[in-house]
Amino acid sequence: MLMRSLLTLAWSSLGSRRFVALLTVACIGLGSAVLIVVEQIRMEAREAFTRSVSGVDLIVGPRGGSVELLMGVVFRTGTPGRGMTFESYRQIAALPGVTWALPVSFGDSHHGYPVMGTDASYFKHFRYGRSQPLAFAAGSPFSDIFDAVIGAEVAERLGYQLNQQIALEHGLEAAMDAEHSHQDKPFRIVGILQRTGTAVDRTVHVSLAGIEAMHADWLDGRPPDAFDKLSAEEARLVVKAPERISAMLVALDQRAAALFMQARLGNWPAEPLSAVMPGPALLELWEIVGVAENVLRGMSWCVITVVLVGMLTVLWSGLEGRRHEMAVLRAVGARPRHIFLLIIGEALLLTLGGVVVGILLAASTLSALDSTLVQRYGLSLSAAFTGSTIVPLFAGMLAAGLLAGLLPAMRCYRRALSDGLSPETGG
Amino acid sequence: MLEGPSGSGKSTLLQLLGGVLLPQRGDVRILGQSWSALSAAQRDLRRADHVGFIFQQFNLVPYLSALENVLLPCRFSVPRRQAAESGGGLVDEARRLLAALGLGAKDIQLRRAARLSVGQQQRVAAARALIGRPSLVLADEPTSALDADNRDAFLELLFSEARSANTAIVLVSHDANLRPHFERHLTLEGGLC
Repeated sequence: MLMRSLLTLAWSSLGSRRFVALLTVACIGLGSAVLIVVEQIRMEAREAFTRSVSGVDLIVGPRGGSVELLMGVVFRTGTPGRGMTFESYRQIAALPGVTWALPVSFGDSHHGYPVMGTDASYFKHFRYGRSQPLAFAAGSPFSDIFDAVIGAEVAERLGYQLNQQIALEHGLEAAMDAEHSHQDKPFRIVGILQRTGTAVDRTVHVSLAGIEAMHADWLDGRPPDAFDKLSAEEARLVVKAPERISAMLVALDQRAAALFMQARLGNWPAEPLSAVMPGPALLELWEIVGVAENVLRGMSWCVITVVLVGMLTVLWSGLEGRRHEMAVLRAVGARPRHIFLLIIGEALLLTLGGVVVGILLAASTLSALDSTLVQRYGLSLSAAFTGSTIVPLFAGMLAAGLLAGLLPAMRCYRRALSDGLSPETGG
Repeated sequence: MLEGPSGSGKSTLLQLLGGVLLPQRGDVRILGQSWSALSAAQRDLRRADHVGFIFQQFNLVPYLSALENVLLPCRFSVPRRQAAESGGGLVDEARRLLAALGLGAKDIQLRRAARLSVGQQQRVAAARALIGRPSLVLADEPTSALDADNRDAFLELLFSEARSANTAIVLVSHDANLRPHFERHLTLEGGLC
């Protein structure tokens, strides 16, 4: 009963200082929104990293940084680089101890989504998350040269159906001109994959032969002039096995052999290659991201601190003007602890309002960010907007708010003990 | 009535009576209970239960309505709430007191205290001091902000309500014109301290 009337009192008191109260709530809201968004992206990024590839023991590509290789193959973000020969791929795939090997070839795109050339057995072998295989929402793997299988994000975002014809573009950015478009050799969608929450969702998968056919009339990465142009049917006839691919995925009979195999491929006699174990490489990458992430996290806590100090200032500076209000409350029977609770209650209401605003703000920011992040990195945010992030944050913020309210409340409490009741002293 | 020039210690005496200040020597007893024998917390409690205050001005919590201001003592004192409830509902009692003091209009009762005139504020303060029938009401120059007509009307209403609630009133003023309203009066000469 008494607690309720004190909260009502605190509510009315804040209502009388509506402008300052709303500003404070807005500040706390912004601060906690920053915190929630950063936290959510951090957790999702880690989740996406760990679930992006599974069952692949080695990623083999041209010699260079393991991070670039990983980014290119797993997240499909990097430029293809010079790649490796198809001959090396064939020899490595035939090595004893290799369970399966998949060639991957990048360099084209479709409305900003990467096109990946690979083998049809990709859909059988590739695993993500906890060894989950890829599943088809509709259709089947590609069989013809000009067949394409698209990820869930591509299908949803571009509104594609089975059997629809699509034109691919040369390069990783959307084509600027018709010359760099492969529109003369359209692909037919034969399969749509179910959502995986990884980069697969935003990939257009075609066969290696399809990649070759697209570029059959190209020379040294240059588009053909009008006389040399080949139609799709002509390209079909001249297409041959690729000379180069971007990289390959390797699964071994025994995981323990990965280190040995890595060393062996690192000394590949035909050309300089490097092999990356996705697990350790992901960790390495995560550590790089982790630094930035911790900085971000630290900054968002700084923001929260500043905001709470701001609230403390507001409460504190308000006290002087409220002396006579406090004296009146004392005169009608409020004990010093009631005054204390009143101030704490105000801090609590401000923080609570702020955190609720913050959660709403964060939710809308995240859903706005979501589409971009899914499209670029296969990160899905809003789906996992869960209690595990919010609850500790909520509790932490409220505790911090209480702490910030403690100081002015203590001051009022002391003054209530020592001051007389006459409001004229403060009037 | 306590009378005397400024600085004669009227207000100090009132604070002694209310247990806000404690005497350095001697003893102040209200209803047979000495303030000095009680701890600060006990004094707070006893004051909340038995004493109502009316000040010269700034009596009300500005952001609460007149009605909510009247109800405040009942939030902090169980005996006063029970006493107020015994005559009907809590809110009804507050409305009755306000009406008896000439503030019967609903829109005035629900108006925020900061938007009432000084005369209205003092009557709200009187209703608040009287709610829950405290044994004693201590009033420190409650009429000095009012003109003569308002002053007499205010005192009459205050007394008639106090009589029916069986509440004693100790009023401090330097205004000798108030004398006829009171059964007893004391004059303080010179400083007490």
